[in-house]
Amino acid sequence: MDTPSATAIRGADIIAAIKRSGIATVVAVPDIVTSSHLLFPIARDPSLRLIRVCKEDEGVSICAGLAFAGKRALLLMQHTGLLDSLNAVRVIAVEYELPICMIVGLQGMEPDREPPRSARYGIRIVEPLLDVMQVEHARLGVRGDEALIQPAFDRAYADSRAFVFLVTRTPE
Amino acid sequence: MMRRDECLKLLARHHTDEIVVPVFKTAFDWMAIKPSPLNYLCVGAMGQASSHALGLALGRPDKRVIVLDGDGSLLMNLGSLVTIAGVAPRNLVHFVCENGCYEANGGHPIPGAGRVDFAGLARAAGYRHVHEFSELDDFAARVGAVLHEEGPVFAVLKVVAGESYPEDYPTLHSAETRRRFAAALEAA
Repeated sequence: MDTPSATAIRGADIIAAIKRSGIATVVAVPDIVTSSHLLFPIARDPSLRLIRVCKEDEGVSICAGLAFAGKRALLLMQHTGLLDSLNAVRVIAVEYELPICMIVGLQGMEPDREPPRSARYGIRIVEPLLDVMQVEHARLGVRGDEALIQPAFDRAYADSRAFVFLVTRTPE
Repeated sequence: MMRRDECLKLLARHHTDEIVVPVFKTAFDWMAIKPSPLNYLCVGAMGQASSHALGLALGRPDKRVIVLDGDGSLLMNLGSLVTIAGVAPRNLVHFVCENGCYEANGGHPIPGAGRVDFAGLARAAGYRHVHEFSELDDFAARVGAVLHEEGPVFAVLKVVAGESYPEDYPTLHSAETRRRFAAALEAA
């Protein structure tokens, strides 16, 4: 659980970790949690290609196509988009065993709770759903959590599996 | 109106080393008409073919990518027209076999069957070149040129089902098919 006093993770540190993971393409639908300090800087970064999609399940498939071409990509979205894309994640990432790497903002997440204890139903169900789907996941909330990114994404590509990071606090 | 398998046989005459992303009934037709390790069969979810194709086109700009979409499938991912037009891959050719129904799901009509203008939607989204074919002679005369236009290219094929080909779902979904495609693409 994030402690309210802990320092929130920095968007710049997440972006640096994304780059260290060999990811050069970010596929995104805007999410208010990650908007200011993640998506806007990514959009301005000439070393990252940003693909703006209309709907999140497009992103799952685009990342799959890129993976077959040997290119690493990240799907950045809000948890509502993840929920909307579960069928695509189910078949493309899990059943077809493809390396779909995702960073997902938990919009409305209370800073003093763990996601499964959220008062918001849509947030409460996210981690249990990923567990049922056997999709590995971890949280990005406080400074230092960015160290989890590269090992997780490297493993996702090595093992050809999905990985989801859930952003529990608005990055600074 | 054209028979789908006759259209695909014409397309196959011009197909060389392109990646082909076919869906549902068209996939079964194409697997029989033009088997190739560069046929990308793991679309998975209905509607997603054009998005997989976009990823492939961006990841391999040296290869042309042909999508063989369905009208019902495209309706499930209509936003992909806007996404693809926005990214504007020069190596993507997007065919839509318009038969007006969900052929793989019992033949029920698609919403707006006979009224929706798929070519108009693609044109409004911003595809570079848009075509519509309803006569086989016309398609035969122009398909070669269409395949070599600068993408994104969109072409509606007004079709009815033709010969029935084996519905080989195990091949469509098999891990071996995906491994074979990955190896073929890496070597291509």
